[in-house]
Amino acid sequence: MKIAVCVSQVPDTTTKVKIGADGKTIDPSGVTYIINPYDELAVEAALQLKEKQGGETIVLTAGRDSSKEVIKKSYAMGIEKGILIKSDIEMDSYAVARNLADVLKEINPDIIFFGKQSIDYDDSQVGLLVAEMLGLPSINVVVSLNIEGSKVTAEREIEGGKEVVEATLPAVICAQRGLNSPRYPNLKGIMQAKSKPIEERQPSYTENKIEILNMTLPKAKSKGKIVGTDVAAVGELVKLLREEAKVI
Amino acid sequence: MSKVLVFVDSRDNKIKNSGFEAASKAVNIASELGCETEALLIGSGVSSIAGSLGAYGIKKALVADDPKLEKYSTTAYSKILADACRSAGADVIILSATSMGKDISPRVSAKLEAGLAADCTEIRTEGGNIYAKRPVYAGKAFIEVKINSAVKIFSLRPNVFKPVTIDGVTTAAENVSVELTDADFSSQVKEIVVSNEKLDVTEANIVVSGGRGLKGPENFHLVEELAKVLGGSAGASRAIVDAGWRPHSEQVGQTGKTVSPSLYIAVGISGAIQHLAGMSSSKCIVAINKDKDAPIFQVADYGIVGDALEIVPALTEEFKKVLSN
Repeated sequence: MKIAVCVSQVPDTTTKVKIGADGKTIDPSGVTYIINPYDELAVEAALQLKEKQGGETIVLTAGRDSSKEVIKKSYAMGIEKGILIKSDIEMDSYAVARNLADVLKEINPDIIFFGKQSIDYDDSQVGLLVAEMLGLPSINVVVSLNIEGSKVTAEREIEGGKEVVEATLPAVICAQRGLNSPRYPNLKGIMQAKSKPIEERQPSYTENKIEILNMTLPKAKSKGKIVGTDVAAVGELVKLLREEAKVI
Repeated sequence: MSKVLVFVDSRDNKIKNSGFEAASKAVNIASELGCETEALLIGSGVSSIAGSLGAYGIKKALVADDPKLEKYSTTAYSKILADACRSAGADVIILSATSMGKDISPRVSAKLEAGLAADCTEIRTEGGNIYAKRPVYAGKAFIEVKINSAVKIFSLRPNVFKPVTIDGVTTAAENVSVELTDADFSSQVKEIVVSNEKLDVTEANIVVSGGRGLKGPENFHLVEELAKVLGGSAGASRAIVDAGWRPHSEQVGQTGKTVSPSLYIAVGISGAIQHLAGMSSSKCIVAINKDKDAPIFQVADYGIVGDALEIVPALTEEFKKVLSN
């Protein structure tokens, strides 16, 4: 079985966003970059499938040279091969998907894992765009997965419940928290990842459909009032919510 | 722009509030651009619910009504939406960023080679162009975007755009012919497992979330009871989801859900940056925490310093009392 997983590099969740000099992107200084947390679940799902059914695993990412770090992280977890589609231009979800789809067409995997969204632009698009570009079925926001032969059954999270979805391989699966617990790389894995080669490709498509005009920070909230302490303040709080804030 | 097509998602022949929000915003955008709006409903028996869109100004609703479409299929539904867009000659698609909308919109984007601005919280028109504002980094920042493709798709964050009713409009329903083969159902929902009858935190108008200050999972019912009295939903901080007290589906914050209810009550949550990102766009925020220096008080409109285990039951009782009057 040929198992592909697509990952991206994002600022750590503890990042305090500062607007960059261009006014359109974040200031990267002092930011720690990590593998997108949902993509880590996708890597784990790929490894578990390989361990169960055998086959080969390959990781893909599109981004700057620094994105090699997320391939190395995937290597350290156990992925065997990696491809970086190297671009210094900021690509939107559509452009990233087109580049990934072009390479994946060549690889022709039986299954492709993605995280359900990347925590930088929160687009939730790339996995499904790739599925459509390759003419494959997809199951999104997956919290449990069962593969028997070519039949995929997955549970996907929806508002207030889950859908049980069926599809046939080859297919795209987008991982949600709850699907698994990503393993920690061991020292041997980390050491081996350092020297493992990464294949580099040039982007095949660089046209963005989404133009970012500006980035702004949310309006700073003025500090509210401490109504009081302990149970004694409850009556006053309820009164304020009804009469001043008028939300109840 | 020549026509706005709004996809109104429905389940079991019920249109959720987010569907009306999308319909209403589509009518608003179309009127600013001086063009027509058409709605699209997909399902089995959806013809019967098309009429309810009139209240929001929809004059024409396309219905793809077929027993085969009773359960959601990402492949079939996105094909119908893309086909409807082509045959209606629409160049703007509006839909809600619900679990269904988020699942369909990228596929339609690829089919129509159309840019997709996802999860928008503001949309404005100027000089015949559409500008959308959307949160990034879970709400730590916003970007304003413009779509540079012939067809433009905007998905709207639920619970942000308030639907506006318009008097005197009736909706004419028109069947769209649906030609679907087995291949169009290559991904198909077989069954829906509803975990409970509660509203999802992303849909609720009032959210009460609990954190470590509750001291143990056995005390979470205090949060649920307060949420119930207020007709809202219960959420959780990442700390207690990671600790296994609550399911991930209730987690509010980055790597969880982003919410913007009218009222958000944070109970025993200190306010890590990831949590603040997910809830600070709420209209009114109440914090209950024993540490007066907790970061949650920096974003709260109202705060009470003290033990959540004592304050929350008292708050529930007080609300019961005033709401029953």
